Amino acid sequence: MNTVADARLVRAGSLERNPRLSQWLRLEHDGTVSVFSGKVEIGQGILTALAQIAAEELGIAVERIRMVTADTSLSPNEGVTSGSLSIQDSGSALRRACAHARALLLERAAEHLGVPVSGLRVEDGTVRAGGRSTSYWQCADTALFDRDVEDQALLSNAPRKHRVVGTSSPRRDLPDKIAGRPRFIQDMVLPRMLHGRVVRPPHGFAGLDSLNDAKAKSVPGVVAIVCDGGFLGVLAEREEAAIAAQRALRSAASWKEIAPLPRDIHAWLRENAIDHRVISEKSDGKVRSREARTLTASYSKPYISHASIGPSCALAHFEGDRLTVWSHSQGIFNLRHDLAMALAMPEDAVVVRHAEGAGCYGHNGADDVALDAALLARAAGSRPVRVQWMRDDEFGWAPCGPAMALELRASLDPGGNIVAWQHDLWSNGHSSRPGRSDQPALLASWHLASPYERPPAINMPLPAGAADRNAIPLYDFPNQRVVNHYVREMPVRTSALRSLGAYANVFAIESFMNELAQAAGADPVEFRLRHLSDPRARSVLEAVAARANWSAWTPGEERGHGIGFAKYKNLGAYCAVVAELAVSHEVRVIQLVIAVDVGLVVNPDGVRNQIEGGAIQSTSWTLKEQVRLGERGIASLGWEDYPILKFSEVPAVEIELIDRPELPAVGAGEAAQGPTAAAIANAVENALGVRVRDLPLTPERIIAAIERE
Amino acid sequence: MLRSVGERFRLTVNGVPTEIEASGDTPLLYALRNDLELKGTRFGCGTGQCGACFVLIDGHPAPACDTPVWSVAGKTVTTVEGLGTARALHPLQEAFLAEQAAQCGFCTSGILISAAALLAKNPKPTEDEVRAALDRNLCRCGSHNRMVRAVMRAAAEART
Repeated sequence: MNTVADARLVRAGSLERNPRLSQWLRLEHDGTVSVFSGKVEIGQGILTALAQIAAEELGIAVERIRMVTADTSLSPNEGVTSGSLSIQDSGSALRRACAHARALLLERAAEHLGVPVSGLRVEDGTVRAGGRSTSYWQCADTALFDRDVEDQALLSNAPRKHRVVGTSSPRRDLPDKIAGRPRFIQDMVLPRMLHGRVVRPPHGFAGLDSLNDAKAKSVPGVVAIVCDGGFLGVLAEREEAAIAAQRALRSAASWKEIAPLPRDIHAWLRENAIDHRVISEKSDGKVRSREARTLTASYSKPYISHASIGPSCALAHFEGDRLTVWSHSQGIFNLRHDLAMALAMPEDAVVVRHAEGAGCYGHNGADDVALDAALLARAAGSRPVRVQWMRDDEFGWAPCGPAMALELRASLDPGGNIVAWQHDLWSNGHSSRPGRSDQPALLASWHLASPYERPPAINMPLPAGAADRNAIPLYDFPNQRVVNHYVREMPVRTSALRSLGAYANVFAIESFMNELAQAAGADPVEFRLRHLSDPRARSVLEAVAARANWSAWTPGEERGHGIGFAKYKNLGAYCAVVAELAVSHEVRVIQLVIAVDVGLVVNPDGVRNQIEGGAIQSTSWTLKEQVRLGERGIASLGWEDYPILKFSEVPAVEIELIDRPELPAVGAGEAAQGPTAAAIANAVENALGVRVRDLPLTPERIIAAIERE
Repeated sequence: MLRSVGERFRLTVNGVPTEIEASGDTPLLYALRNDLELKGTRFGCGTGQCGACFVLIDGHPAPACDTPVWSVAGKTVTTVEGLGTARALHPLQEAFLAEQAAQCGFCTSGILISAAALLAKNPKPTEDEVRAALDRNLCRCGSHNRMVRAVMRAAAEART
């Protein structure tokens, strides 16, 4: 995750690392403009929004923009497409690059037409003065953009009338996807391509004990069995033969025993933290002396799977000592770095090209399968190799969103105000992405005969944070202490999953705010506003309460409503959610009403789609999802063991967008995760009078909570 | 119990009489994707539980990942590519575009297939009937409500 909403930066967004104007755009002879971004489409619609920003600044129709697919040999290095930062990083850089390009083009046009720039009229790239005209495309030459972007003087920060930005420009990739045309990496075919599959240990990594590959070799169409230490793979002419050989090889491999996983992962996390970092401390003894009542509560979140519908896939092709890899990675430059390390190749002998994959919600198997494909391609001579993980590969081996344990403690004064607050959290790191360590962060590299060491998951620093993302409350508490207890040892491989620690931290903070409101005899919305001075935060809370008719709620049997709120990362989008639900034998969320403030809205329908999708995914996490652990590893390897929300269970979602065209645009992709979870938990409490503090809120957990009361 | 490689199976795919040469146990999914180059039908789980590979077999939605080629000999298979015509998208596809009813789009083909089967049987479904008809299809991005709206839109437009 780039933690870059960072004041240290001298230049906006990704211009710091990619200052040349020619890195960002090129005018083509056919009247289009090629725009280069290092950010990638992962199902979130970013290329559409970036095209809108470029079209806006250039003053041309959005249809003239061609977004060039990210490629390490062509594109600016913009790190990772993650953290809801693409609009900030790439959008702000592109905006400045395109404003500069436009100024240069108009200077040229003015020279051609023999008038001052102020005398030009510009429409969709055609420039007119008097009876004469020229165009951007006639004015450009290869040298024109061969200079650094001047990013300061050209932009006015005053709100202005937008033409393309702020409209719901349709997604550029959807026509192919809805027509069923080949568009995904899974659909790519290269001439003479072989199909590969990989066999991994049945559970947490253990060395290979013995292997009899005779049966796998006898599958018709199998070209090779690849065995390098504990890395086992098959190559076949046909895909179904590769799958049959994978199965045969799997049943013929036996693995060394390894230590079993901890039984109670949350207790284990609390016992095994090695670093205890106080990330926020405020003290006011005078206020604290008014303490009248203290509450404590423990919360937990399980490991969660990415559970994308399309398993990870990659293609790789060696031509002599050069390697080309096609990948749906979120960070193609970082992937190239780690691939080169794992394969002992110079980095400039490797090209990684992005190709769109199925929905991506964080660090999934995309990078790992790229190394699988490269290792098998190395064994395939000059033939390209396509590897797609099977469903159980994906559930069993992609990194999980980390389990977390949390403990909150707060004191109220006699008037029902929070005078002291403490938040402790225990978690593994939330990032083990490639490109950040001197060991490759790629699965297969740890299983080779000469293995690399698996780097531990780390936490990115605050203010964005990782495990501690959103752990510091936005509320104004006079006494406050927040501690991040980092656990280095990883029983289950963990990495970034949508919103990182914010999901659990916001769930805990906002659940606890309701517990405190109840103790104070206050309405949950009023109680939050009582402790909140940030005007944008107050606005989203007030907007959601009004839209959901919060104060007019009539309690019904086994029906409840609840609220949750956060400002994502304490830096990004403000989001408040009201959940309405019914509880019978299980929780049925009927409706989510959401108010959101992302500053300037680049594409309203895109923001709605991201917020609604995030809220529905969070509803699924909150009600159903937990990775099941067996004796030695992940035991939930299929949809029957890892159910997600179905069509008939999906709530209605209403969204109120608060547009602030005068403020910078921030990302929308992760803002709803935490607030939705808290709103649902609070609504369950409202319906049943019992508090469930451990996710997910399954029928068993709810019954157990009722029995405890 | 692999059958001998290279058996021939005749079936109709998207209206075209087609011959597939493969082992009879080959899942239909790979014959469609790799032999006939119809990539719109997608692998999701391999066990018929997610719906990403749904096709119509004699008009009924079925998982192509779990359907051996021998079992469709003589039958009619429709994939997402065959819903519309060469000139025009299927009204459901138009409605999905109008509603921008997708995020990643990976589950979309299978959902279009389920929806097409529903509308063929029940041209005026209620919203609950649409949700029930799509319950065998998983979507991870949370685009469910948009897709339900799109199916309702296609049904409404077919009536006008």
